[in-house]
Amino acid sequence: MTTTAASKKTRRRRAFSRGDRFTLAMFLGVPTFLHVVWVWIPAIATIGLSFTYWNGVSLSNIRWAGLANYDTIFTASPQFYDALRNNTYWLLWFTLIATPLGVLLAYQIDRKIRGSKIYESVYYIPVVLSLAVIGIIWKFMLGPGGLVQALLGYPEIERAIPIFSNYDINTYVILGIASWRHIGYIMLLYLAGLKSVDPSLREAAAIDGATEWQTFRKVVFPAMKPVNTIIIVITVIESLRAFDLIYIIYGTSTGWPILGMLVFVNIYGQAASMLGAAYAVILFLLSIIPIVFYLRTVFRDDVA
Amino acid sequence: MSGIVQDKKYRDRQKRKDFFITVFIAIFAFVWMVPLLWTFWTSLRPYSDVIQNGVFSKPSTLNFQNYITAYDRMDIWEYLTNSFIVAIPTVILTLFFGSLMAFVVTRYSFKFNLYLLLLFTAGNLLPVQLVYAPLFKMYIWIGDLVGNRNLLYDSFTGLILVHVALQMGFATFVMSSYMKTIPKEISESALLDGASVFRHYWNVILPLLRPPLAALSVLMTTWIYNEFFWAIVLIKSDNKRPITSALGRLQGEFVTDFNLLAAGAIMAALPTLLIFFILKRQFVSGLTLGSTKG
Repeated sequence: MTTTAASKKTRRRRAFSRGDRFTLAMFLGVPTFLHVVWVWIPAIATIGLSFTYWNGVSLSNIRWAGLANYDTIFTASPQFYDALRNNTYWLLWFTLIATPLGVLLAYQIDRKIRGSKIYESVYYIPVVLSLAVIGIIWKFMLGPGGLVQALLGYPEIERAIPIFSNYDINTYVILGIASWRHIGYIMLLYLAGLKSVDPSLREAAAIDGATEWQTFRKVVFPAMKPVNTIIIVITVIESLRAFDLIYIIYGTSTGWPILGMLVFVNIYGQAASMLGAAYAVILFLLSIIPIVFYLRTVFRDDVA
Repeated sequence: MSGIVQDKKYRDRQKRKDFFITVFIAIFAFVWMVPLLWTFWTSLRPYSDVIQNGVFSKPSTLNFQNYITAYDRMDIWEYLTNSFIVAIPTVILTLFFGSLMAFVVTRYSFKFNLYLLLLFTAGNLLPVQLVYAPLFKMYIWIGDLVGNRNLLYDSFTGLILVHVALQMGFATFVMSSYMKTIPKEISESALLDGASVFRHYWNVILPLLRPPLAALSVLMTTWIYNEFFWAIVLIKSDNKRPITSALGRLQGEFVTDFNLLAAGAIMAALPTLLIFFILKRQFVSGLTLGSTKG
């Protein structure tokens, strides 16, 4: 016994010649170096910088600030609470409305209704467009001279009513635009999951006289557990990451502030403020929960 | 008897319900297309026509003149080229590095494999804003150190490297999930033949990775093409901007002629739409390989 174990060990060691060891080191080393230096070291540096005063120019200017940046954000920045509120709206809207709609669509299309292939493609289209293009397209719809303006009875550019700057409705407008893309994205993911659910399960439920809703809730939904988790995580992370669409619609004017934008406006440009780093850390702390949740789901088998 | 009647009743009700669902989905799908169709319609009309006769007027002319003008005045071609100069090397490098990582962590049982995989996957999920400020400074310092400030900042190289570093996590994750479904025996026979690690990767594993490589390359090309944040913060010179980030500026410059802008937006969207319609299967499986394990 011991001899076979030992010979196995030597064989394994011999399997890595000097050249092989070099190859392996390069195979792992180059990507890891790039990833750590480009992603993790800057990420950790941001956490450190959030406790400092710095204008971003020369290293010797960095001064320790303790919690001062966070203090400013929490006590003297009404924008922070606006942004937090907007990100929360985004999250709630996506979780309670857009994501369930995507799931519903996927479920119905999966039942092979007439023309399901065409509908599938139609709902996917916004998913392949960039948020910059999406922002511009929706400006044609809602901005001065746009289709919606004309339908509301204001076709002339001079008489156009403000939509993006109307604080009573702009939240719904932006979330509606974001959903245009998100619903298709969720549908795509869910549809792929549904195709892997054994159809005989559903047939059995139908024979037992289960209604459509009962079949979904008691049979399909539980069978889709991993996909459900991933969809929830994607919904949360997307809601926190939001940036592109707001930038295209409002520029940097923070007309509808979100956390991702506050990081950007505090750092971008000539004079940076480490308030931006503190905002980034807050964003990071909020993202930790979904990230850990995701990692636990996808790596569960490997850890156990 | 009554059971059959009830059954029929139930089926009829289901049929009616299905009919309503189909109609609803069809209407919803039409509404879904309206923004894009409207933009396309807008792009075919001259601005003067809309101004004179109103938004809903019957068009006096419908043609592709706006596209020609946009092409001439907006440097669309230059921006498109920039997009692909960034996207193609990014995708190749990401898939190359990702396949190397996936190969090692699934074929060799080092203790740190799982931690590496966790590190890469988590890195891919971090909010990019957390990486932004120090990376930006790092680019400028490295540039100053070698005496060329534009080595990484305001350069395609810098943009490509940050994309690769961030996307590698996703590629590694997807390919290592896929590799777990490839039987270990294939590797064992290669090892018995005395193949080196490199040959094992290049001749045995890489050909087997063709399906996820195809799917990921389609998906990532559209992702990088659509990427916005890094292109805004790392590229300063307008003539180096990829098209998606250039749209932000064009939007301001041509705000008074949105028929022209509509043509620009459609042209910017065209490559991803074409990729999607031609390679839909790869696109979808790229996304779902990442979300449903294996």
